[in-house]
Amino acid sequence: MTDHGETTRKGGEIRNFGTQTYKVVGTRPIRHDGTDKVTGRAVYGGDIRLPGMLYGQILRSPHAHARIQRIDTSRAEALPGVHAVVTAADLPDTTGGRIDLGEGHADTKYMRDNILAGDKVLYRGHAVAGVAAVSLHVAEEALALIDVDYELLEPVIDVETAMKDSAPLLHEGLTTTELNEDTGRKSNIAMHIRHEMGDVQQAFAGAAHVAEAEIRTATVHQGYIEPQNGTASWSEDGQLTIWTSTQGSFTAQKQLATILDIPVSKVRVIPQEIGGGFGGKIPVYVEPVAALLSRKTAHPVKIIMTRADVFESTGPTPGSYVRVKMATDASGKLVASEAHIALEAGAFPGAEIGAAAMCVFSCYDIPHAVVDGYDVVVNKPKSAPYRAPGATQVTWPVEKVMDDLARQLGKDPVAFRLDNAAAEGTRRVDGIVYPRIGGRECLEVARDSDHYQSELSGPYRGRGMAIGYWFNIGLKSAVTASVNADGTVHLVEGSTDIGGTRTSVAMQFAETLGLDAADIYPSVGDTSAIGYTDVTGGSRVTYATGWAAYEAAEDVKRQMIERAAILWESSADQVEYSDGVFKTRDGSKSADFKQLAQKLEDTGGPVVGRATVHPDTGVGGSFAVNIVDVEVDPDTGKVDILRFTVIQDAGKAIHPSYVEGQMQGGSVQGIGWALNEEYAYTEEGRMANSTFLDYRMPTSLDLPMIETIIVEVPNPGHPYGVRGVGEASIAPPPAAVAAAVENATGTQLNVLPLRPDRIINAMEDSIPAAAG
Amino acid sequence: MAMVWIPAPWREKLTQGQQQVDVEGATVRQVIEALDARFPGMRQRIIDPEHDRIRHDIAVSVDGEISVEGLRRKVGETSEVHFLPAMAGG
Repeated sequence: MTDHGETTRKGGEIRNFGTQTYKVVGTRPIRHDGTDKVTGRAVYGGDIRLPGMLYGQILRSPHAHARIQRIDTSRAEALPGVHAVVTAADLPDTTGGRIDLGEGHADTKYMRDNILAGDKVLYRGHAVAGVAAVSLHVAEEALALIDVDYELLEPVIDVETAMKDSAPLLHEGLTTTELNEDTGRKSNIAMHIRHEMGDVQQAFAGAAHVAEAEIRTATVHQGYIEPQNGTASWSEDGQLTIWTSTQGSFTAQKQLATILDIPVSKVRVIPQEIGGGFGGKIPVYVEPVAALLSRKTAHPVKIIMTRADVFESTGPTPGSYVRVKMATDASGKLVASEAHIALEAGAFPGAEIGAAAMCVFSCYDIPHAVVDGYDVVVNKPKSAPYRAPGATQVTWPVEKVMDDLARQLGKDPVAFRLDNAAAEGTRRVDGIVYPRIGGRECLEVARDSDHYQSELSGPYRGRGMAIGYWFNIGLKSAVTASVNADGTVHLVEGSTDIGGTRTSVAMQFAETLGLDAADIYPSVGDTSAIGYTDVTGGSRVTYATGWAAYEAAEDVKRQMIERAAILWESSADQVEYSDGVFKTRDGSKSADFKQLAQKLEDTGGPVVGRATVHPDTGVGGSFAVNIVDVEVDPDTGKVDILRFTVIQDAGKAIHPSYVEGQMQGGSVQGIGWALNEEYAYTEEGRMANSTFLDYRMPTSLDLPMIETIIVEVPNPGHPYGVRGVGEASIAPPPAAVAAAVENATGTQLNVLPLRPDRIINAMEDSIPAAAG
Repeated sequence: MAMVWIPAPWREKLTQGQQQVDVEGATVRQVIEALDARFPGMRQRIIDPEHDRIRHDIAVSVDGEISVEGLRRKVGETSEVHFLPAMAGG
């Protein structure tokens, strides 16, 4: 292993730009759920077994676009062992509603139609009917006995075709809206948004250097290992209980209540351990079908997706078509930029076009800019959030243009970006002015890094770099904390734990009370056990739920001080607490937290701290920079990553190992976008590679150790300076890898993924500048 | 007075191309009312009258922070107010 690998294995480099040093925060304790995870004791949705449980299966459309003329379920219902069959006719009519999912709203009709198709199927894999039977095999057999007559319609599977006036319409009633205003234009374009700042035309007219790029990116999937699953038990008193793998138990509860048209109080969601989500497990898919089947059969019903179901029927990230043009003055200062961004929403509106439009120029200080964004429906599965949704699609075109401008100006790519980096006070194209941010610091650390300063030589080798941004979110979180008689604390939080957040939240609680992380026993509560908590997404949990833990600890501290006052027959204002020890102000009496916890029974009974937060100040965005070295095989076009470094601003890294894990994970997923991953479609709109064998994600065997440098520019809006770190790292890898491949081969590339055939074709079309 | 950043799609239709306007108002609601008095049509584009809240696809930002109090969010003398497309994360 190289020196770099050794450094990373021990814990990567951390560069501090003003954060404090703490006792617990910033250390690397063993994760609380680690033993259960590595010994197989952790319970996932697939492990659920209930008395009398039936097994559900879902019939899915073989066509990308068709009208359903007739569904006959009688033969399936007659099959021995089958208990029930459900179709869209079993769903209540929820037309005309919208629900708040915390991270945006959803149209309830579209949501319903995605669970079980109504009059049309809009993608291959669209659910048409559900079956519950005594075994999985009987249920599978029953699917083949459901007769569906389809009237085939022409599919539209790419965004550019879908935007044409001549394109077949997916939704006859869909019209384009512009910031909530209905234009009345019937189209596959569900929404157009525009940001504009300054006088772009005039700024371009006076510019010294101009560069443009036109980029297409593929539909890619989050690729979580655990498929979607759900078990439903609908009791005779109308109470629905759901065991599921979800990024938000309360969001799932709200979706289920809306789709099934029952009060939210009638739905209890018990989140299981989650084998990855990355945004894809915010929507519900199989849970409402399992619920309908349970109500119809009076049995619990469990449904688990296959891998093909996951690819074809859950929400991948949008494919995209993006054009970017940028300009500088003679000195190299950016003066103008414009972007046209079209994202494939999938079968129903709702690509993250707002985020893409906001992120596209977010790394730079540009006085004149315009962005047009389009949310476009196509005959693919409804897209879902995927780690910094919309940011990755727009980062490559901007970074490609930035590299082009740097070349025109004869400047080093990092130096050119530093000359134009956004900083505190920079106004973004959407009008927002940045607070304290760490983009510039990330670029400086990248410039000075061992990797960037190292030599790279050899034929068909190249280096690239890029910077990306994600804004992060706050939203609502709840935490309760029960002090045990031995001085430990049971901490219940509402955020499902995907990336080690039990520990990062518990550490903030421990820090606030001066306790050890090991003294805190964190767990994730279900919707009946903890207050409303929004999704685990938007890089918000360590930030917002951690803040709730901080507040809950402060609540415990207040109560414990009162108990100490009772114990010592004093008053609360005469007791202080510092570094885990309570003492009277005159110093005559003292007790540490554990000693005082033993006296709770004698001073009034249990102490339970609680807090809810909904921060609307201090949500800190995060920047990530990549440096990557590649080698391209000139005969096959295969790209090998020789070295990859990610630098990211974490604000304050609560648990640096988990921050590094997020940085490495996002980088690897971004490399997958860059080199391998895409939904391969036939002309009929059928995904041709819906297995992990054919949908090629990078593995540990494909990549070197991803080197990390954590940059700590504290977020002044959070008690411990936290910024979310879960997403920004996926934005720059395609841009950095593409730049490296272009530098290695002397080509210009403009389509993701950078497949070997595309690279070979590009090399054949260009002069092999690096071949010497 | 608070500075309001007018969303690009509304500038031509409502504010004669003005990108920023200054209006009085101690809350987001008052700012919207003041905007509507000068540029009729603002209120209906921003407020959902049935639920007396900001429309679902719009987020309001005060001084760079998305407001969780919606119409009731306090606005300072020198605040900046923005109306943005609502967004999500993964």
